[in-house]
Amino acid sequence: MADQNESPEAQEMAAAQDPAAQKNAQLLGLLHRLFGAETFTDVEEPYGLLTATTTRERIHDIIAGLQQDQELQLNFLTTMCGMHFPEREGQELGMVYHLHSLTQNIRLRLKIFFPIADPVVPTLTDLYATANWMEREAYDFYGIIFPGHPNLIRILNVEDMDYHPMRREYALEDGTREDKTDLFFGR
Amino acid sequence: MAVNDTLEGTRKIVEEAEVQRPNLHPLAPSVNDFNQELTTLNLGPTHPATHGIFQNILQMDGERIVSGVPTIGYIHRAFEKIAERRPFYQITPLTDRMNYCSSPINNMGWHMTVEKLLGVEVPKRAQYIRVILMELARITDHLICNGILGVDTGAFTGFLYLMDEREKVYEIYEEVSGARLTTNMGRVGGMERDFNDVAIAKLRAWLKTFPAVMAEFEKMFNRNRIFMDRVVDVGAISAERALNYGFTGPNLRAAGVDYDVRVMNPYSSYQDFEFDIPVGTKGDTYDRFMVRNEEIWQSLRIIKQALENLPEGPYHADAPHYYLPPKQAVYKNMEALIYHFKIVMGEIEAPVGEVYHSVEGGNGELGFYLVSDGGRTPYRLHFRRPCFIYYQAYTEMVVGQTLSDAIVTLSSMNVIAGELDA
Repeated sequence: MADQNESPEAQEMAAAQDPAAQKNAQLLGLLHRLFGAETFTDVEEPYGLLTATTTRERIHDIIAGLQQDQELQLNFLTTMCGMHFPEREGQELGMVYHLHSLTQNIRLRLKIFFPIADPVVPTLTDLYATANWMEREAYDFYGIIFPGHPNLIRILNVEDMDYHPMRREYALEDGTREDKTDLFFGR
Repeated sequence: MAVNDTLEGTRKIVEEAEVQRPNLHPLAPSVNDFNQELTTLNLGPTHPATHGIFQNILQMDGERIVSGVPTIGYIHRAFEKIAERRPFYQITPLTDRMNYCSSPINNMGWHMTVEKLLGVEVPKRAQYIRVILMELARITDHLICNGILGVDTGAFTGFLYLMDEREKVYEIYEEVSGARLTTNMGRVGGMERDFNDVAIAKLRAWLKTFPAVMAEFEKMFNRNRIFMDRVVDVGAISAERALNYGFTGPNLRAAGVDYDVRVMNPYSSYQDFEFDIPVGTKGDTYDRFMVRNEEIWQSLRIIKQALENLPEGPYHADAPHYYLPPKQAVYKNMEALIYHFKIVMGEIEAPVGEVYHSVEGGNGELGFYLVSDGGRTPYRLHFRRPCFIYYQAYTEMVVGQTLSDAIVTLSSMNVIAGELDA
């Protein structure tokens, strides 16, 4: 088991020797050069994967730019999914994009957050054919709307459903029952 | 031909096809009344040739497929939603039921994701045992796919040969975990049980007999004229389109891209083993079949290496807070009983963080994206299911081909409904 009580200095030393951390620093430098340093906020490296938050206005340009970039070739959209944080005022919904460069073996995670009242995100179907069903899934589960998507209908749930079930306000179990509280089920 | 899965797109393609085609017969319908000429064929949801619950609404011009709309969601069980309310150990049964043809891979992939989040280091022996089990699972997955591809082209014999071998692998699983299909054999930090002598004896016996059966199966199909007529140049996809569609695994490698998670991001000691990545050239059904056959041989190589070099030592990490003790220990040992309760009741809180971990599943990169807010359950869990990602390319691959081509293309893609719908 990794020692989590290590001092910050020791952790920094370990990061300097880690080739993955160096790779991430290079990638971040390139991102800043291509799209401007102010575009990315909350830059982190959880478990070695470079993560950055950007805005929905820029996300399409960034992913298109990374796809066309000859040096990095971040041209594989591994996956994307929606998220919901009800307590974050004005930034309730989010989309997470995982990109991968198959030649350089670099992974990048990009996130955007936007208000639940205006859940509109640019579509990536013009860049990646694979984005088609992933966006339909995000629409189905979170109600995120992708203007320009060729066929934005529900994918896994029934079509006459009138809510988006992965949002946090929909409890999995019947909230009125008292015999199934978290206390008894360890949740 | 561009494929658009909307009705307007369908009509446009049909109109273009109508204009391009010369009117050969004087009685043939004119360009304008294409509605009378096209047949709408519902392939599925429960068609015997679709190997699962998929619906494909195909527009047929005689025997040719003009366009199609795939519809999924028939066995959607809301795994991602359920996972938000369950402690980590209670999620393992969900992962087992995704790709049920190779459930150990899903299972190990999930445990590795949790280990990454918790920072648990797995001992070498457990890693090697996992490699053996995952490669066995890959073999059974490919055996089913290739055996059924044979059935779809009219050859039942190969399927029978391979099912027999699959049963023998299931007996090894049974020895290790007690279950055959949804094995649930991993634990956070290692394995539930060690590889016992009976399991090793069974594995060694199987490793001796299986290559002959596999060679005979290959002899039956690889250069078979009838089989090749049915599968060569059928359902082809270029490497560029395959990457754009997010293909991974054998389907991508058949198109000529040597991407394999085991090599690119090695997990569970895969860097210790020598194996090749088979690639195809054209990305057609024949290439997919051959890549899977070759991968079976490569998996056998890995299993042999892992079995020969199986390190001695513990089969699980010394992490009592996370490792669910074996049932026998729970009956006899007070500490084990306490931790058993703590873990099963979900008392253990995970650190805050987000993890993406991927393994090479039977069909491609199987990824787990786990967001933890420090609670006892994941805040958000997203599965990158390879089947879900590449099944949307199916209609593009079969447009312009015949219905019988569509069947073999579907079975060679190895779409598993449980993984598609999750």
